[in-house]
Formats: sequence, C-alpha cells, structure tokens
Amino acid sequence: MRAHHAQVADVIQFSWVDGPGNRFVLFLQGCNFNCLACHNPQTIPLQTPRAKDYSVEEVLTKIRESLPYITGVTVSGGEATVQHEFLFDLFAAIKAAPDLKQLTTFIDSNGNAEKHIWEVLLPVTDGVMLDLKVLDNERHIALTTQSNTAVLETIKYLASRGKLYEVRLLLIPGQNDSDEELRKTAQWLLRADPSVRVKINAFMSHGVRASARTWAEVSDEDRLRYSQIMTEEGILDLV
Amino acid sequence: MFTPLDDIRAMVTNPKYTYRQRVAGLANLAENLLDPPTVSDECTSALEKRIICDMYEGNAPYRPRYLLPDYDRVLTQGSAFLELPPAQNLDDALAFLLIMYSQTPSITGYPVYFGDLDTLLLPYVDHVSDEDLYAKLKRFWISLDRMFPDAFAHTNLSPVYNRVARTILALERELLQVVPNISLKVEPILTSNEYLLDAVSTVFACGKPHFINDEMMQADLGHDYAAVSCYNSLKIGGGSHTLVRINLKETVLAGGGGVDEFFATTLPHYLELTAELMESRIKFLVEESHFYTSHWLAQEGLLSLDRFSAMFGIFGLAEAVNILMEREGSSDTYGHSAKADDLSYRITSTIAAWVANRPMPYCEGNDGRAMLHSQSGIDLDLGVTAGTRIPIGSEPPLFEHLKTVSRHHHLFASGISDVLSFDDTAVKNPQAVVDVIRGAFKDGMRDFTFNLDSNDFIRITGYLVRKSDLAKMPSARHASTYLGAGSVADSHVDQRIVKRVMSHESSPRASS
Repeated sequence: MRAHHAQVADVIQFSWVDGPGNRFVLFLQGCNFNCLACHNPQTIPLQTPRAKDYSVEEVLTKIRESLPYITGVTVSGGEATVQHEFLFDLFAAIKAAPDLKQLTTFIDSNGNAEKHIWEVLLPVTDGVMLDLKVLDNERHIALTTQSNTAVLETIKYLASRGKLYEVRLLLIPGQNDSDEELRKTAQWLLRADPSVRVKINAFMSHGVRASARTWAEVSDEDRLRYSQIMTEEGILDLV
Repeated sequence: MFTPLDDIRAMVTNPKYTYRQRVAGLANLAENLLDPPTVSDECTSALEKRIICDMYEGNAPYRPRYLLPDYDRVLTQGSAFLELPPAQNLDDALAFLLIMYSQTPSITGYPVYFGDLDTLLLPYVDHVSDEDLYAKLKRFWISLDRMFPDAFAHTNLSPVYNRVARTILALERELLQVVPNISLKVEPILTSNEYLLDAVSTVFACGKPHFINDEMMQADLGHDYAAVSCYNSLKIGGGSHTLVRINLKETVLAGGGGVDEFFATTLPHYLELTAELMESRIKFLVEESHFYTSHWLAQEGLLSLDRFSAMFGIFGLAEAVNILMEREGSSDTYGHSAKADDLSYRITSTIAAWVANRPMPYCEGNDGRAMLHSQSGIDLDLGVTAGTRIPIGSEPPLFEHLKTVSRHHHLFASGISDVLSFDDTAVKNPQAVVDVIRGAFKDGMRDFTFNLDSNDFIRITGYLVRKSDLAKMPSARHASTYLGAGSVADSHVDQRIVKRVMSHESSPRASS
C-alpha cells in the first residue's frame, strides 16, 4: 500500500502563486533534477528525516480545513511526478469526493516524466505548470545534471491535450538569458502551443547553494528586456 | 487647571482647525458645560476610570449617534421640509441627495450614511448614456468628498452588479478619494465573480470597498439594512441612539482572580454599569431632547423610533484573554493557541447572551435590546486592541487569522471587522482574494476588509486616511485625518503584519 502514502516536504493552506485563485499546495519530497539554482535544495533527496509521511486520507483532511477558501489543489515539490502513484491516488480521491470534486487539480512539475505517466495522470488533472530551465540540451545538463528531452516531449504532449496551464522560465543572468536563447525558446514554445502562457521567474540567490550564490540576480533592465523579447516573438500571455 | 473658558479660547484660536471644525468643537464644549444624564456613583466611577466609555459623545445627546434616513422613500415622495418634489430624473435625484445630506445630522456633524447609491440611482439611469452617467456621477462623487469631508460617511453597493455600481467602482479608481467609505453587500449566488473581481481591483487602487456578508446581515437586520460609519450595521429608517463600550482589558484588571471569578462577578458587574450608562443616555435623547418628535426626518417618516436600537460595544478582548490566561498560569495568547481562542469565544458568547437578555428602553428596532458591537477603537486607545481583533504586529498567517476571528463574527449584529493587510502577490492573482472573501463568508465572517500594503491608503480602525495627507499634517481637509494621525503615532496601525501568502520559491521549509 505504499502508493497511498507520500513523503511530504511541506503543506501550505493558502497559496496565491501556484496556479489560478487561492490554492492548497502540497510539496512532495524528492526531485529527479539537481539544479544549481534550486531555491529549496532540501527537497531534492528522496528520503530525509525532515519529510513527513502522509496518506491520501490525511491530505484530504488537511484540504478540508481550507475547503471554503480555495479554488483548488496544487501538488509541487521536489518533483511532484516522482511520487506519481500517490499523486494519481490523491487527485482521483479529490475527484471522487462529493465535497471536493469542484476543486481544480494542478501539478507543478519540471516535466521530467515519461509520457505513460502523464497518460495516467491527465484524466484526474486539470492543468500543469511546467518549468523549462533552458531549451539547449547541453546547457540543461550543465544546470540540472539531466537531459531535457523528456521535458520538451512533455510540453508538446500536455499542449496537445489542452492541459498545459503555464510554462515557467527561471531566468539567470549570464546562464540562460541571452537574447538568442530567449528568442529560440519563445519560438519553440509557440510551435508547441500557439496560445502558451509564459511566466518569467527572476533568479534570486536567496536560498540557493554556494555554487550558485555568486550568480548575478535579475535587474529591472533584464526584466524589461525579457518581456520585450517575449512580446516581440509573439507570446501574448505573459505574466 | 484648565477652565472651560480656556478650552473655548484654545478652540477658537487653534490654527490647525478649519472654521467648520472650530464650530463643531465649540458646540461640543458648550454641550459639556451641562451635567451628564444621572447615573449611579459606581457607574460614574467606572466611566472616570474608562473601564466603560461613552465615546466622548457629549453630556447631553440631542441627536442619535448614527441615523440612516430612508432615501429611497424621500426620493419618491419628496419632502415638505426641504420643499422638494419627487425626483424625476438623474439630475433631480443627485441634487436632492446632496441637499438631504446637508440636512442630516449625526454624531460627527456629517451624515454617516449616503444610501445604497447604486440601487437608489438605478431607476433614474435608463435614458442616460454611459458617458453622461460617468460625468454626472463624477461631479456628484467629487461633491461628496469636498462637501462632507469625513471618512465615516459611508455608502453601500447592492449584491447585484449593475451599471451604476460599475461606474462607481471605476470612479473610485480614478478619483482616489477618502470619501465616501464603501461597503459591498456580497450574496453567495447573486454577487457575480466579475463584480467581485472589479471590486477587488478597486481595493488595490484605493482601499475600498469593504465586503459584507449579506446573508448574515439580512438574518440579523432584515432586508433594509446598511453598513455605515466605521462598519456599524443598522436598520435603514432607523439607526443607533448611542454607542457605549466596555474595555475588557480594564474590566479584567479591575477584578482579581482568574477565569471563574471573572465570569461569576467581575464581568456581569461591569456589563450592568455599561448598560446603565447606555440607558441614561438613551432616555435623555428620547425623552428630553425631543429629537424623535421634532426633527423633520422623523416627522416625514424617513426615520422611525421603532427602527432604532443602541450599540453595546466591547474592545480589548485580546488583552483580556491574555491576562486571564496568565493568571491561570499559561503563557498562551489570543490568535496563537486553541485554549486562548476558546476562552475568547467564551467571553464574547457570554456577553452576547447577557446583552440579549437585558431589556433596553426605546430599542424596538432590536426587540427591546441593545445590539452587540465589536468596537474598533478611537485614537485615544493605547495599549489596548480594537474590538475582538488580534493585536497589531502579532497577527498569525492569514488562514489561522481568519479561523481565530471569524468564529466571533456571528455574535455582533451591529458590526465587527478585522483588517487584513495583503502584499503585492494579491495584485497578480485577484481571484485568490475573491476566493478568500467567499470562503470567509461561508465560514461565518460578517465583514471583510483588507488593506494593500503598497497603495496610498491606510485603514485606521475602519475609515481611511491617505498616507500623503498624514505627511501634510497639520492642515488636513478631512476631519478624520486628525484622528488617523493619532492612531498611526500611538497604535502603529501602519505596522500590521502583511500577509505574504507563501510561494514555493520561498517555502517555509526552506527557512525553518
């Protein structure tokens, strides 16, 4: 019965930055990337004494405390899909419960999961917010230790199924924010999903590990340049 | 030793007051040359120690504290006293209302209620273009702020989104005025998401409106009610004779012992003294000032005594709970412990039952009883927290904050409010704010007020001042700005804990 339990890094009763409306957010422990720019590196290991064990029922009880106030539930991480069996059980339980079925279910993911996992998850998932660290695969490996092949496949697949809510770009000065990279990324995303919603997250060194702490933070001019390029390339929904 | 003559001289010569503020001040000084209505020595002593408080209303009440004329009726029947026929069109109605306001008294000298302006004006706008409506309402809106410069002057918007409400919200975002204060009546089904999003974006611009729980209000007050002044919910065509309040912190300090003694003897003793003070003031107003028989609003049926009650205010709940917990050997505090929160509810529900059981003269508007009110403070209150609020600076995260305070709300038919401070993440996700408002009402909240940390407005107790006006002191045009300045200096209302609703980019686990 392990699939009915999860290693949970944290629970937030109200979040305004993890999808539409006010949301209950579950942060699962464990990630299959090892990003230098990770703000919560303590959530990367699959096992840690700081994580708590939750059953689906225990999470539902927590959700019910927030129920009158929320539009939905978002599962984030770590990487949510690492514990995809639990994730499916949780969302299926929400959709099956008469008092919870109106809640929207969202996943916040790095996209590094095989198609067969998404095929199982999508019937109980209303939308996915997906991080694209960088389009170029070599840069991706340098920043995350992993290839982005699965990520790009995931974006295309989710878009084709109408479940791609938002793509997030964590932009780091000098690492993945050149004009050329931004233009290529915008063009690639528009091919995958002509109405793609793009959210730009600015790198901040607070919370990251020592090797990334010397990287520059995003300036106001950088922000302006990012949004100008995205708009010029035809990204209409930019947040 | 200052004599009344010194006070009068100081009022006449004080350069920081406008002419009208001096006139009002002089009237107050003159009124206080009279002896107050007779009460027992014990009551006088409790008043002098400020365990109970008459809100400095004056020694000889000659008009109700809050009155809510039936504007709907006067617009359709006209007024003999004002020599005005019924309004025939929008221009008539707007002029009529301005005239009415100038002849409507209250404790501040300015009207506390402008009517539910969207519903009042809807019958007159059918043949008015959007452009004309905007232009006419804009002149009217500017007049309200310039002619009645008092942040307690309040209008309400009805639960159903309509042309006038939409125009009013747009004007609010353009004009950024302190006056009028606004409450939006929210009904779970009638009030659309689109309307709430429009209103929430207006709060982002100018701190208005408040959101009020229409279902709960109607259950307590009937269909014809409004929120006026600093969120006092009262009956239209009626109001509140007076507001007398009890300081729960001082009440606890005045008695010895722990929780048992407080409930058995201290609390009932001071509740009765509060009621005695209230009763004497109501009797003077009704029986000796002859307001309800002589004033034209009463004579023309726009106010009726049987729709009046009086407001029984409490404040300092947080300190009362914390001191009692300490006396019981616990360091638990209000807003941060289930035990302390349970004690707080035992106190408010005990008071509610007591007030509902104590007959009060001339309160037929509430079946012969006073109405409980969570009093949100005045600028003189130091070291004591408004109403049932959590002390400024020690508020817990939003979810816990709402859970702590919302359980009290159903007890306070004549008004209760908590001010929640939000940061800019709200601006990017207005639907989240709508979710929280709807959730709070489902969870039993009566009034929901929030402050955005980054705009020019700051909620003091329930009224607004502009931070830029505070910077201009002394010489503010709004009388209420002076009160606000005192509260910012003394009570640090500008230091409310801002709700930063967490994101995964700054997960609490990362900082724990």
